[in-house]
Amino acid sequence: MTGTLQMLVTIAVIALATFATRVLPFLCFGSREPPAILSTIEKNLPPMILLLLVIYCLKDVQWFAAPYGVPELFTIGVVAGLHFWKRNAMLSIFAGTGLYMVLVQFHVFSFL
Amino acid sequence: MIEKEAKRHEMREGNMDLFLSALKTTVPVFLGYIPLGMAFGFLLDGAGYHWIYAFLMSLLIYAGSGQFLAVALLAAGAGLPEFAIATLLLNLRHAFYGLSLLEKFSNVGKVKPYLIFALTDETYALLTTTEVPTGGSKSRFYFYIAALDHLYWIAGSVLGAGLGSLLDLNLEGMAFVLTALFVVLTIEQYFNSSVRFPFIAAVGAGVTSLILFSPDNMLLISIILGTLILIGREKLGKGNLRVNKGTGKTHTQTHAAAAKPVEDSAREES
Repeated sequence: MTGTLQMLVTIAVIALATFATRVLPFLCFGSREPPAILSTIEKNLPPMILLLLVIYCLKDVQWFAAPYGVPELFTIGVVAGLHFWKRNAMLSIFAGTGLYMVLVQFHVFSFL
Repeated sequence: MIEKEAKRHEMREGNMDLFLSALKTTVPVFLGYIPLGMAFGFLLDGAGYHWIYAFLMSLLIYAGSGQFLAVALLAAGAGLPEFAIATLLLNLRHAFYGLSLLEKFSNVGKVKPYLIFALTDETYALLTTTEVPTGGSKSRFYFYIAALDHLYWIAGSVLGAGLGSLLDLNLEGMAFVLTALFVVLTIEQYFNSSVRFPFIAAVGAGVTSLILFSPDNMLLISIILGTLILIGREKLGKGNLRVNKGTGKTHTQTHAAAAKPVEDSAREES
C-alpha cells in the first residue's frame, strides 16, 4: 500500500515538474508584454529548434564505429532531397522511414 | 428551426473535416509514438511495475524522454527531490518552446492549459509548422493535434507494458519516422520564412553540443547556446537594421493571419 502511494506521489511530482517547464513562459509573459528582444528571437526560435531536433535525433549515432552514421545521414539526405523535389510530407516521411528500416534491419551498410 | 439544424449539421461536418485533417497531420507521430511508447511500457514492465502505472505516467506526465528518465530513477531508488530536479533540467527546453508560442496561443481560449500541458517535441514541431485549414477554428485544430498525439503515446505505452514481452515485431528503425518528420518540418520552415540565420545558428550550436556534451544534455544546452547566438546577433548587428525591417513586415502579416482564427473562435463561442 505504501508502495502504491509512493509511486503515485512520485508520478505527481514528475508530472508537476514537467508541466512547470512548459507553463513557465506563459506565466512570465502571460499578462505583460515580453521584452522587444524576445519578440524578435521568438520568430527565429521555431526554425532553429526544429533543426536542433534533427541534430538531436543523431545523438546516439556511433560516428567512429561501422557503419559510421552512414544509414542515418544517407536517409536524411534522401528525405530532404525528396521533400525539396516533391514537397509531399507523407511521401518524404514514409519513404525515408521505410528506407531506414531496410537499411538497418538488413545491415545494408555492413560492408563499411 | 430547420435552418438552425442545418447550420449545426454544417458545423459538425466542418469539425469532422478539421479532425480528419488533424488525423492526417499526426500520422507520422502515430507511427513514432507507438514504438517509442511501447519501448517505455516494456521498460517499466521489466522494472516490475503494473501496466496501470504506464497508463498513468503517459496520461499525466506525457514526456517521452522524461518518462524514460523516470524509469531509470525508479530503478535506482531515487528520492523525490532527485526526480523533481532531474525532470526540471531535462524538460527545461520546453520553456523555449512556449516562448515562441506566446502569440500563437494567446487566442486559443479554454483549451490553452491543455495545449501547454501537451507540448511535447513532436506536437511543438507540428503546431509551429502546420497551417490551420482555411475556415477552420485554430483552437479546435490545435486541440485535435495535441490530443491525438497524447492518445498515441498512451496507447503505445499501455500496449508495451501489457504485451510488450509477448510481441516480437521487428520494429527496428521505425522510430526514425520522428527524425524524418523533423527533417520535413525543418524544410517547411525554410520554405515559409525568408530568414536563414536560425539554421546557421542551429548547425553551430547543435554540432558543438553534439561533440562536447553527453547525449542526455545536448538538446537543452544546444537550445540555450543557439538562443544566445540569436540574441547576440540581434544585439550586435547594427547593420541588421535592414533585415529587422524585413522581419518586422512579416510580423504584421502573421498578426493579420492570427486575427482571423480569433474571429472564428469568437463566433464559435457565441
